[in-house]
Amino acid sequence: MPIPSPFHERTAKLCTSYRWKDWSGYAAVCSYDTTHDREYFAFRESAGLLDVTPLYKYEVHGPDAAALLSRMMVRDVSKLKVGRVGYSCWCDDFGKVIDDGTVTRLAEDYYRVTAADATLHWLQEVGHGMRVTIEDSSARLAALALQGPRSREILRAACDADMDALKFFAATRARLDELDVWITRTGYTGDLGYEVWVENGGALRLWDALIDAGRPHGIEPAGLDALDISRIEAGFILLGVDYFSAPKVVLEARKSTPYELGLGWIVDFERARFPGFVGRQALAAEKRRGSAWALAGLEVAWEALEALYDSYSLPPNLPAAARRDGLPVYDEDDCQVGKVTSHTWSPLLKKYIALASVPADRARPGSVLQMEHTVEYERRKVPARVVKTPFFDPDRKRKP
Amino acid sequence: MSRRYDAIVVGAGHNGLICAAYLARAGRKVLVVERRHQVGGATTTEELYPGFKFSCCSYVVSLLRPWIIRDLDLPRHGYEVLPLEQTFTPFPDGRHLLRDADPERSKRAIAKFSPRDSEVYKQFGAKMAELGRLVKPMIDGPAPDPASRSPFELLRLARFARHLRGQGEEWLIGNVKMMTMSAVDFLSEWFECEELIAPMAVSGIIGTFLGVRSPGTAYVLLHHYMGEIDGSFRAWGLPKGGTGTVAEAIARAARELGVEIRLSAPVARVASRSGRATGVVLEDGEEIAARAVVSGVDPHRTFLRLVGEENLDPEFVRQVKRFKMRGSSGKVNLALDALPEFACLPGPGPHLRGDITIAPSIDYLERAYDDAKYGAFSEKPFMDIVIPSVTDPTVAPPGKHTMSIFVQYAPYNLKEGAADWPNQREAFGDAVVDTLAEYMPGLKSRILYRQVLTPWDLEQIYGLTEGNIFHGELSLEQLAFLRPVAGWSRYATPIEDLWMCASGTHPGGGIMGAPGALCARTMLGRRAV
Repeated sequence: MPIPSPFHERTAKLCTSYRWKDWSGYAAVCSYDTTHDREYFAFRESAGLLDVTPLYKYEVHGPDAAALLSRMMVRDVSKLKVGRVGYSCWCDDFGKVIDDGTVTRLAEDYYRVTAADATLHWLQEVGHGMRVTIEDSSARLAALALQGPRSREILRAACDADMDALKFFAATRARLDELDVWITRTGYTGDLGYEVWVENGGALRLWDALIDAGRPHGIEPAGLDALDISRIEAGFILLGVDYFSAPKVVLEARKSTPYELGLGWIVDFERARFPGFVGRQALAAEKRRGSAWALAGLEVAWEALEALYDSYSLPPNLPAAARRDGLPVYDEDDCQVGKVTSHTWSPLLKKYIALASVPADRARPGSVLQMEHTVEYERRKVPARVVKTPFFDPDRKRKP
Repeated sequence: MSRRYDAIVVGAGHNGLICAAYLARAGRKVLVVERRHQVGGATTTEELYPGFKFSCCSYVVSLLRPWIIRDLDLPRHGYEVLPLEQTFTPFPDGRHLLRDADPERSKRAIAKFSPRDSEVYKQFGAKMAELGRLVKPMIDGPAPDPASRSPFELLRLARFARHLRGQGEEWLIGNVKMMTMSAVDFLSEWFECEELIAPMAVSGIIGTFLGVRSPGTAYVLLHHYMGEIDGSFRAWGLPKGGTGTVAEAIARAARELGVEIRLSAPVARVASRSGRATGVVLEDGEEIAARAVVSGVDPHRTFLRLVGEENLDPEFVRQVKRFKMRGSSGKVNLALDALPEFACLPGPGPHLRGDITIAPSIDYLERAYDDAKYGAFSEKPFMDIVIPSVTDPTVAPPGKHTMSIFVQYAPYNLKEGAADWPNQREAFGDAVVDTLAEYMPGLKSRILYRQVLTPWDLEQIYGLTEGNIFHGELSLEQLAFLRPVAGWSRYATPIEDLWMCASGTHPGGGIMGAPGALCARTMLGRRAV
């Protein structure tokens, strides 16, 4: 049974739809209202406030903190400067991805790691014999994601941090309504946005302060349904949906390497201080050899979809929420070559988009595949074109 | 003589820009000339008061065709539309009705007035959506021409007839009723409670000089439900940054395709030689030549001003003059220093995020029409209000708000004459604010700035003849193959190489874009450019 997050007292009152789901053992809001439209548009037009407490969090302290995390991550996080955040994934010995998350360097020998899944044992194993202390702070720290074009203005009003100096993927300490918080310019919406980290005891106070500061800017509490559309638009993969944790699957075919998930750009072999990292050999070999699979963004041909529905005398009707039901993807000879793992109608782009896993030679932008689409209980196909991700990438995300 | 263009489009309204973009997309060299200092025409955002951006005229995107959005890649050029899904109706006695996208919530709200109607409401919506879908081929293609004998045309008619016949008798009867009945009579066949019928009936009168009890208004109701025909595309909503951003997105797309746009370049007349348009003459005397001229202004302005009666056959001129403009509505735009509150539902809430309709009863609406029939603005008008800043914080400073009030009736022809509008403008504005203040007691003290646009102003500023927001009434006798003149519904005109691409042509007004695109398609198909 899921437990309440430290924000529950506020979110429960606002969640008039009673739509909740289990996120890592916490009760998490799917959408506050019966439809998530308003919450989605808050992410894109004003600001959405999302409880992200269920993320797993770990504090890694000590002289070997950099060594441990560099060894664990495919990214060389020892290169991160203090006050910077890095996105990374970590693999098993065979270069298969276990999880992905962020690493924030809070001090010279102090990092905070976020993960989608429980990671303490892995940190301990990889760090065996190292001079570090590893704390699972998941239950001690509450976190809110404030995402959207107005998020900077809201934080400027709410706290004492120099928001203009806080760059994309940077972190800072701040005082916010007499609370000590950490603010990182990170998020899962692909928009301008921040995450605010606070001790549990300050959670409600943080919520209230952000809602108050956000009211003139049209802030809206937002749930996971709105987030799911945003993250697909941003081309972000999700553990347990777009890929599976290597140690948890039965079939080898279910495992993925960073290259196969579009994360090749973070794999770093050029490491001066700590050259070894878990999975290095396998990944180096894959880099030489080339990958079998690739993550592809798909854009469904709307005319074809409309024509398909029209043949049933129906208007094109897609689920309003993002979907995680896998769909087969076919080539021109009707052979299944891959799978769609997430798909959604993008209300902003006015496009039906999907994240898919396809053979690497079919992942070139412009190549056309056929995606399954069910109309009136009949399984049909619609053409979908491979496009570059992110589907949506506003300047404001990175801009000072 | 300056450089020759394939086409010159007169007026950078949304239809003019769309037409230009489609012509350029086919490789034509196109110039758009615009009288005002900015693009958009009535699709405009203006910062009337520092920090407040107003959609001065049109205030929602209605049915902008999905294929146009796609063809011109408008989302990439800044087209963003926010959902607008609630309709809130306050009543003077303190009750209210809020209908939104949640069917069960709407049902409960209606049940407070009539349990029976609350059940029928959903069925009605489904029925109307079905009717709307069947007329979709009408708005996505040129008007069918029943007088034509061309094989292509007959084939098209036959296909359309088959499409309709397939729907069965029930549908046909439903449709004939819609064509002939008044909005109130039609809705009364479905519903019993006036608190529901009145706010629903207003969709039948927007932009017409008719009352909710006038025959023919039922058909216009359908437009309200046509949003459904586009399925997930949801072509109805509130453009981020005001409606002007829609025009700007189209202008950006057009420029990228090579269209030249000249602002502050008012056209004095269409240059013609022996019944053939050869270009335009600007008010400063400059003449610009082109293979074809496309008018993005209304039919009256096109023929009676830019072409001139002397260059047209008298019968055609008579027909143009019979095309009814007679604007019936005005706009009041307010800058507010705080969110307004309703007496019947105080505080902020979802009811402020959608459409707010002041239409408390059928008699109220009919009385508003009575005033107009005799040449006065409605003392107690029908109002359709949106507060865009609630959903779109970019249009007002933090915590402040913009309010757009569409007001009907404000007849162009006052009994003192249209030219008396400047004398009555503020009185009209007062009537609007006074009426609204009955529902929103604190409203007046929150007003920082007020803009009142009468039909006279709409004509003076935006060039809408008689202030008609649709370039000619959307009444049955002025639609489809009758728009604007029978025999000339296909964007061509009696002046060769002069074309029409705006709301005065099929399928008509609103930020739909179909006339502009269909005009371009027709011109290209006929190798006119």
